Amino acid sequence: MTITNGRTVPSGTDKEQQHPEAPRRPSGVGFGRWWWALPAVALTLVVTYMSTAFGAFFAFTDWTGLGDFNFVGVDNFIQVFQDPALLGSVRNTLFLAGGFVVFTNILGLLFALALNRTLKTRFLLRALIFMPVVLSSVAVSFIWKFIFAFDGPLNQALEAVGLGQFKQDWLANPALALWCVLAVMVWQSIGFVMVIYLAGLATVPVELEEAAALDGAGIWQIFRSITLPTIQPSVAIATVLTLIQGLSVFDQVLTLTGGGPGDATQTLATQIYTQTFLYGAFGLGAAAALVLTVFILILALIQQFTVRDRANIGD
Amino acid sequence: MHRYTKWTLIREILVIIASVIILLPFWILISTSLKTTEQVLTTSAFAPPQTPTLDNFVQLLSPTGSQSGNVYQGLFSSLLITISTVLVLIALSSAAAYVFARSTRKLSNRVFRIFLIAIVLPTQLGVLPLYIGARSLGLVGNPWGMVIIYTAMTMPFAVFLYSGFFRRLPRDYEEAATLDGATRFQIFSRVIFPLMGPATGTVAILSGLLVWNDFFTAVIFLNGSPFMTLPVVVYNYVGSLVSQWNLSFAVVLIAMAPVLAFYIFAQKKLMQGYAGGIKS
Repeated sequence: MTITNGRTVPSGTDKEQQHPEAPRRPSGVGFGRWWWALPAVALTLVVTYMSTAFGAFFAFTDWTGLGDFNFVGVDNFIQVFQDPALLGSVRNTLFLAGGFVVFTNILGLLFALALNRTLKTRFLLRALIFMPVVLSSVAVSFIWKFIFAFDGPLNQALEAVGLGQFKQDWLANPALALWCVLAVMVWQSIGFVMVIYLAGLATVPVELEEAAALDGAGIWQIFRSITLPTIQPSVAIATVLTLIQGLSVFDQVLTLTGGGPGDATQTLATQIYTQTFLYGAFGLGAAAALVLTVFILILALIQQFTVRDRANIGD
Repeated sequence: MHRYTKWTLIREILVIIASVIILLPFWILISTSLKTTEQVLTTSAFAPPQTPTLDNFVQLLSPTGSQSGNVYQGLFSSLLITISTVLVLIALSSAAAYVFARSTRKLSNRVFRIFLIAIVLPTQLGVLPLYIGARSLGLVGNPWGMVIIYTAMTMPFAVFLYSGFFRRLPRDYEEAATLDGATRFQIFSRVIFPLMGPATGTVAILSGLLVWNDFFTAVIFLNGSPFMTLPVVVYNYVGSLVSQWNLSFAVVLIAMAPVLAFYIFAQKKLMQGYAGGIKS
């Protein structure tokens, strides 16, 4: 980002001094007017910053969205971490986010490695694996709702291979519903992670791999000592992006289970929606949202550091 | 190492099998949407329809159908809101990013940081006060209210992406155009902006898909209004059907069709957009 005209320029310094050979810069060159940026800045300040600040403020009140409100200190936060249903939703959110990171990254990396080179069908398969990424998660979740239904394809398949005793209504089982939600999330995002890893794999030097292979290194050895170190930045980006995406999961939960059975699959995002827009507990919803925001901000900070490290290595 | 050997063939077959398993839901989606309600109950979900029928689609799309109003209206709202947002976003974000990329003032760097921080602020916290604010302005259930909100939601990332592209562009273009007597606005709109094709494409694709597929904001602001977008229409309609999967899947397919059609023609560009938008 600090490269101009192929030369590195520390951002914020006067560019004129860095161009000693720049010929007779015509005076009054038109580089736009400062007020062209006003609409974008104003929109971001009002819609994003002001509303977020108000949201954080109301997290400390008992507002119902209408009329007066009182300050209740940290009562809402105590409730988020004490009320079994709300605490359960914090736990579910962390479980889904963690599982989402692990499974999408393993599967995405496997597909990226498999479809990186050589295979004749690689372009077709890449396009097909990526397809669910661009589709509405509400729409694809409904396909899976049928797959998990009692008379649905999953049970039919189990019966066909002689595992009929496992037949059940998958989404109605409190112990399994969360895993079902996770499966749908992972299924839809394998292609997304695969594309990030494919971009990383494109930077792995082929000659190095070939030389290692000639020297008798095995596939696993080559992967561990050449491939993995080269795609480290992709690992960092994919991990943080999937973690953030996993923490704010909403569509799949609402579509597949509606948060049920009971509250078995409620997440922070569905609680924010339920508490605020269905129960009118505006303050409580805001507190849950603030907890989610803090989780995500911490992750964003971590990402900032990993990206900075990458810049230092000289990527 | 990269020659095609017997083992490569085995690997290729294994990957194809894995991909087929991953894509099975799409087969179930299509075949079920072509079945009658009775066939769904009596035949295997994996079996192709014995006598494929378009009845489900006709029922949803024919002007006399009870649901066609909702489907067309959802399609219209989604198109209206997505296209308007992308156009407004491109105009505002490219102009802003250009100013930030070309300015040498300290202040502009500080203001630019507003966008960098906003990229990571999640929508969930701000959406509640936003709803109250929009309600008092009469913008709940209003497509233009949604355009404002979506434009703001996608703005930070768009400004960030554009400014990277502008910074890599040599200033020679502006200098030459100035010598030719072009005004500042002409330089930007006729010389610089047309050079930003790849950036504009990436911004349009990523923001367009985000808006088109968004459910969280749409269900809060538009549910029950005459401007529900497709995800909300699908959610309400399928929720109202009890296990009529053939009809459900027909509406799911109709909702997916525009993006799928676009994907078939532009899948390479789309994948690059995702990989490139993330990397920069």
